[in-house]
Amino acid sequence: MKKFGVLVVLALLVVGVLGVQAQDSPVELRIAWYDDGNEGTVLRDLLDRFEADNADIRVIVDTVPYQTILDQLPLQVEAGEAPDMARVSAGERYRGFYLDLRPYVADPAYWEASFPAAVLQWLRESGEESDALYGFPNQFTVTGPFINRTLFEQAGVDVPSDSSDAVTWEQWTEAAAAVAEVTGVYGIAIDRSGHRVAGPAFTEGATFFAEDGSVTIDTPGFRTFAQLLLDWHSSGLTPAEVWVGSGGTYAAGAPFFISGELAVYMSGSWQIGNFATNIGDAFDWEAVPNPTGDGGSTGMPGGTAFVAFAQTEHPEEVARVMDYLASEDIYREFVERTLFIPGHQGLGELDYQTDVPAAQQSLQVFAAEALKLSDQAYELQYGGEAFAINNPIRDRLTQAITGELTLDDAIARIQEDVDAALAAAAAS
Amino acid sequence: MRTVLDFLTNTRGRKRLTYSDLLTYLYLMLGTLLMFGPVVWLVLSSFKSQTEILSFPPRLLPYRQETMAVEGYDEPLALYNVTFDDGTTRQLAQVRRVGIEAQMVDPANPTEVIRVNINQRAPLEYIYFGLENYEEGITSFDFLLYLWNSVIVTFFATILTLLINSMAAFALSKYQFRGRDTIMFMTIGTLMVPLSVILIPVFLVITRIGWNNNLLGVIIPAAATPTGVFLLRQYMLTIPDELIDSARIDGASEWRIYLQIILPLARPALAVLAIFSIMWRWNDFLWPLIVLSRSELFTLQIGLRTFQGELNVEWNLVLAMTVLTLLPITLVFAFLQKYITSGIATTGMK
Amino acid sequence: MAPSARASDRRTHRPGFSLRTLFSPITWLLSLVYDGIVNVVDFIMHPLQNVLGVRRMAYIFVLPNLLIFAIFILLPMILNFYYAFTGGTNLFPEDRPYVGMENLNTLFTCGNFLDPNTCRADIFWRALINTGGYVVSQVTLTILLSLISALALNKGLIGRGFFRSAFFYPVLLSPVVVALIWKWILQQDGLFNALIVSLGGDRQPFLLSAQWAQAWVVVISVWAQMGFYTLILLAGLQAIPGELYEAASIDGASPWQSFRSITLPMLMPTMFVVIVLSIIRAVQIFDQVFAFTGGGPGTATTYMVQYIYSVGFSNQQNQYGLASAASLVMAFALLLLTAVQLWLGRRNEAT
Repeated sequence: MKKFGVLVVLALLVVGVLGVQAQDSPVELRIAWYDDGNEGTVLRDLLDRFEADNADIRVIVDTVPYQTILDQLPLQVEAGEAPDMARVSAGERYRGFYLDLRPYVADPAYWEASFPAAVLQWLRESGEESDALYGFPNQFTVTGPFINRTLFEQAGVDVPSDSSDAVTWEQWTEAAAAVAEVTGVYGIAIDRSGHRVAGPAFTEGATFFAEDGSVTIDTPGFRTFAQLLLDWHSSGLTPAEVWVGSGGTYAAGAPFFISGELAVYMSGSWQIGNFATNIGDAFDWEAVPNPTGDGGSTGMPGGTAFVAFAQTEHPEEVARVMDYLASEDIYREFVERTLFIPGHQGLGELDYQTDVPAAQQSLQVFAAEALKLSDQAYELQYGGEAFAINNPIRDRLTQAITGELTLDDAIARIQEDVDAALAAAAAS
Repeated sequence: MRTVLDFLTNTRGRKRLTYSDLLTYLYLMLGTLLMFGPVVWLVLSSFKSQTEILSFPPRLLPYRQETMAVEGYDEPLALYNVTFDDGTTRQLAQVRRVGIEAQMVDPANPTEVIRVNINQRAPLEYIYFGLENYEEGITSFDFLLYLWNSVIVTFFATILTLLINSMAAFALSKYQFRGRDTIMFMTIGTLMVPLSVILIPVFLVITRIGWNNNLLGVIIPAAATPTGVFLLRQYMLTIPDELIDSARIDGASEWRIYLQIILPLARPALAVLAIFSIMWRWNDFLWPLIVLSRSELFTLQIGLRTFQGELNVEWNLVLAMTVLTLLPITLVFAFLQKYITSGIATTGMK
Repeated sequence: MAPSARASDRRTHRPGFSLRTLFSPITWLLSLVYDGIVNVVDFIMHPLQNVLGVRRMAYIFVLPNLLIFAIFILLPMILNFYYAFTGGTNLFPEDRPYVGMENLNTLFTCGNFLDPNTCRADIFWRALINTGGYVVSQVTLTILLSLISALALNKGLIGRGFFRSAFFYPVLLSPVVVALIWKWILQQDGLFNALIVSLGGDRQPFLLSAQWAQAWVVVISVWAQMGFYTLILLAGLQAIPGELYEAASIDGASPWQSFRSITLPMLMPTMFVVIVLSIIRAVQIFDQVFAFTGGGPGTATTYMVQYIYSVGFSNQQNQYGLASAASLVMAFALLLLTAVQLWLGRRNEAT
């Protein structure tokens, strides 16, 4: 009996060991990715075609929650556990960890000609005088407002941008309030994000960056827009869920706009695909140009970069994948199918694959907006200090909205938080 | 007042049903409703479509709108009961909705488009428990693989936890040795430190060992639970030493005593720890998220999160997938609830 | 050989169809495997025991647990301590500049310790105050409701097994799921607001006003945890000998008197365990609230662990030093709290 038991155990052990076997396979490359819409599906489709022509490479896309890209990917990269490639929204976070693709790609000149210098420089260490190619923008975004024209019509309120090229935020607020008054919907909303607030603040005349490289939050322009945002909340013009009900994270006002409960919605070009799918032609929606103010008229640039990490063991294969995805035809197909604004300068006319006219119209509006972004907006997005500025603006303004802080205190706190974050980063 | 006082002092074993018993029943039933109600609501909601989920006021049961194929239209159209200004009611199919106005047709006469204010129509609906959310959820990510990973992690982590915790508890309860009190003190001390607070250094340790993107990195670190050691030790203290002594006299080795006397006798406490360990590992989220970044290693709890992108949350899928993650643990509980609840009650925290 | 689990099973085995007969081949096979394992282990360990002696085997038994404990809990705690005195945003300790007391200074620079707005780390102080309020209300409510439920279950009514399980069920749910379920019920368009509207009331901002959110955070964590404490208190109640009550009623004691002079004192040791455990858990509150309100509105439900998490981890700032310093403060507070409780417990026992 005893011996039989011993035999059973040994047999189980042998089975266990044999179960684990290594096997040969092509070079495996990994992409850390997150999805907003259908871009993951399109990417997979493009990669399948790549793999069919390149049997020696297999590309695995690890789709993770957006929050993971923000919070965990930096840790993994720093710990030496970086994926081979990634889609990142904060390119400055991984400076120093990128793989220079210049020695590996077929035609570096094509990369330099196709992708905006500001984005390429964004990925380089600050003050780095180099021509290194660390990645390319696979999506370019611009912030700007959308309107629900049907609601305006039902309320009998004129859409301000129909009659003027220079509408102010105050005029939009007034018009939105009039629509809300008549139809009982919310008037105006903006995503809970420092990045989203920055465009209107610059428009109102805010300047964050001085010549000497210092960062100052407290300017009359910033105060103007912050006060406007507070007024939207105190007058009930905006749904409180977005800024007040969302705790410490980013929150979008999109659900309110999609359900037709919102007249004016300040967000950005990345919503177009979302709206085309979820609104379609249920009501008339469209993008309108960014308002105008003391600081001119600007949104914020943004988007994601597709980057390669230096920790990869297969730089040549990585470069082949990157080259493929950056190539003109593939890039064109990617943006046409995802309804992204391209971060590629040489594509010419695009044939977006949507049968929703509002989506086509909005893409054109945002393409025009992309050309009139201010220097301050570019500096904030690509200068490398966005991580220290955007979140404090978001969190402290929320405190001002809920009444925990006065606007004066909130602005002072933003400045303190920004200074502390920049100091901590500088100490490294 | 009398009944309340009765309630406070009653012991078991009464035969008559008194007012205080009725009050107790009322309390227990209300409690049960409160405990199960929210979960039932979640399950009911998980069958609803995204549109229905976002509509107000929400309804108890999931509904689906009646549709009909109408000549001249590719897709089936949704049916509504429309009440006209003159009080007549007709059944019409909606072609599209533009703001507060709906363009509708009579299925019998599909060429004539009738414009109707949306407030004048009421959808024709029927109760429908569809599995579309579940199907879409399961197929849109590698459900079976993530399920498998979750099962692997939960199973091996629980076995390991039971083994090493009971070994330690045995030593701490049945032996006199140097350092025993120190180990005991440290064990209780760490009950107080939440993992989320030391996340960065633990991640550092895992990285140095090289267990990133390895299920071992999820299984091993959490195995030495202070709660488990504490619980098992308290229980083993109640096992009489004479049993051990007589076994020693019979020539049994210490390991034989542990495996053949202590473990069987500690089964109630082991069962309690087992269910807690299953629960902890199955529900674990923050830790696997940091250790695992390769999708073929994801556990169910991580996989679920990919529905929450930067832009919008697909509530219908999130709810359906949440129900699926609840299911196994609920089933385990349903089968073992007697052992679990009586186990906790008898092991107690003495 | 010592009596094994198997042997006792056989003794209680009754004839007739049961699940047990159905599973008996499996049980038999399992016991065979188990015997095999015992023999293999014995084969390896017996010689070791002969070398080390009986008492030193204790070290072998604690070793695996201790090893894992030391590497994955103790070592990180020591590292954490070191982090608290370093600055910068680097992950590896060797890359981090030593800054001495700077992080602790940042936390404790206050114009007026009663007003978070005058502190440099204002959110830290808000989190501290919020945590204090949460712990007091959550623990009080948990213990009160657990006690009432345990008393109700202790009455020996028909169906108490079912009710016991029902009250325990939420304990099994993950904090994230608990948060999701309740968020789903409490949102502006949720079930509760629909009920209120159908009864003719106005929608309440359950998750949008600081007071409501703070209250609901307490309610849902009581909902999720009280089943566990109910069971422990129930065990305590059942351990009280019934003769005590009989003797008391013969002496003419009123129900209230016997509750106060028998139930409460006899339950005190169990109650003590419940209080200690629930306070420790309450101070550590994190995942549930993080998924429920995210700490908002504003900072109304931002508690200590979330503060630590967001300073160190999320929010893209990675100030690990500051986060570690805050966690030191928290660990110290917990230690102090436990010491006070132990002291109170000892004093209670002495009197």
